[in-house]
Amino acid sequence: MTPGLALFYGGMVRAKGVLNMMMMSFISMGIVSVLWVLYGYSMAFGKDLGNGLLGNPFEMFGLTDQIAPDSFFGGIPTSVFIAFQAMFAIITVALISGAIADRAKFGGWIAFVIIWSTLVYFPVAHWVFDFDSGESDPGGWIANQLKAIDFAGGTAVHINAGIAGLAAALVIGKRVGFGREGFKPHNLTLVMIGAGLLWFGWFGFNAGSAVASNATAGITFLNTFVATGAAMLAWLVVEKLRDGRATSLGAASGVVAGLVAITPACSAVNPLGAIALGAISGALCALAVGLKYKLGYDDSLDVVGVHLVGGLAGSILVGVFATADAPAGINGLLFGGGFDQLNRQLIASVAVLVYSFIVTYIIAKIIDKTIGFRIAPEAEAKGIDLSEHAESAYELGGARGGAF
Amino acid sequence: MATMNLITAIIKPQKLDDVKDALSAKGIHGMTVSEASGFGRQGGHTEVYRGAEVTVRFVPKVRVEILVAATDAAGAIDAIVKAAGTGSIGDGKVWSIPVEEVVRVRTGERGIPAL
Repeated sequence: MTPGLALFYGGMVRAKGVLNMMMMSFISMGIVSVLWVLYGYSMAFGKDLGNGLLGNPFEMFGLTDQIAPDSFFGGIPTSVFIAFQAMFAIITVALISGAIADRAKFGGWIAFVIIWSTLVYFPVAHWVFDFDSGESDPGGWIANQLKAIDFAGGTAVHINAGIAGLAAALVIGKRVGFGREGFKPHNLTLVMIGAGLLWFGWFGFNAGSAVASNATAGITFLNTFVATGAAMLAWLVVEKLRDGRATSLGAASGVVAGLVAITPACSAVNPLGAIALGAISGALCALAVGLKYKLGYDDSLDVVGVHLVGGLAGSILVGVFATADAPAGINGLLFGGGFDQLNRQLIASVAVLVYSFIVTYIIAKIIDKTIGFRIAPEAEAKGIDLSEHAESAYELGGARGGAF
Repeated sequence: MATMNLITAIIKPQKLDDVKDALSAKGIHGMTVSEASGFGRQGGHTEVYRGAEVTVRFVPKVRVEILVAATDAAGAIDAIVKAAGTGSIGDGKVWSIPVEEVVRVRTGERGIPAL
């Protein structure tokens, strides 16, 4: 999925920043892969250190004791579960990069990826994904004490990355020319390819979170695709009514908004609920991407508008559309469950939002004050690909002779 | 006294072949073509990305440059104008300026024979 994200984001920036944008995703894959094996998995899924806040980072350091052939997590080998969960850790931090496109120092981003994953993602993944294993290990507080439903990461991945994107964008500031110049996506075909890869990969993300090949995986698969379709249609309807045209960028964005929204909910709703949840979220996200111009923050590629708003919509609407017929077995507001689950969803969403915003803001501020998080205005004008990587993505000019 | 003219035409890209054929019919066989962008009264157009309007001021055009004997200039301009016109806004412009000297690089010929 993360290479898909690199394409999705890469196409949306200007031609002079596409390589840096893609590198922000690629470097996240490199860094978080290593961190995950060293101590990330242990922080997220190790023995709880107290109150469901954090796993012990040293318990499974380096995973050397997790490779025995008889080591199982649920019904699958532990190694498979570890590798599968690594993908969540990687994409969450990579999602943030869209909010600070075209202007973040590469070294600053590397520091951010390391520190943010360690202080924000690994603990929050523990809160949300580490279910009580029953061996005197209470697991994460959202999963076990609060019992909010977050099947595949509406809070831990999307609210988390979305609000972190806002915090990082506030610290790093607006792109030169924001609000005055229009920043046209330079290659919408890359965006469509990236959205397609995300769409496909997301079926693994959601259905795979069943951690088994069973009915739960099947229902989450079904809900995921129908909610995504509904969200795309809703986004395009909003565009048609507001701007007069349905756009390809709107279709790609609607797909991602739908995938984001159904992520927490795919085990808790029936297919009609998934359609409603997808459509509501798609329309909300289509309206939310305009907020940055009104409020004056430069969330360049709409990480807030799509992931925060989509993540909030999906996580909260679980409390409305959940039905006990679905694998999660909980009734939401519409199915006679009252406000109980809705409250749990709200608490989980707000907890992740507040923690992530505060810690992200502090991390970004410290990076900015020490090694620097923002490139010089001249470098930005020249293009971040050249200034940070000494490369340019496209060599199409015919004026230099040669074979082309 | 210049005896040659440089005619520059800014036209719609899709009219390039028509202009080329019209000039060939007039016996004018050389031309230089480049992609250009700009705006006149047409004033560009508006695109929308995730609800944000982006005004694209500079519209793609083709610039055609030809060198002709001064006596042929009026006929060539007429041919271009007739071939490039669609009657709608944004059809472009044609202008002509006197040229003092033309040299064919291969042979060193100068003036009218170099055209």
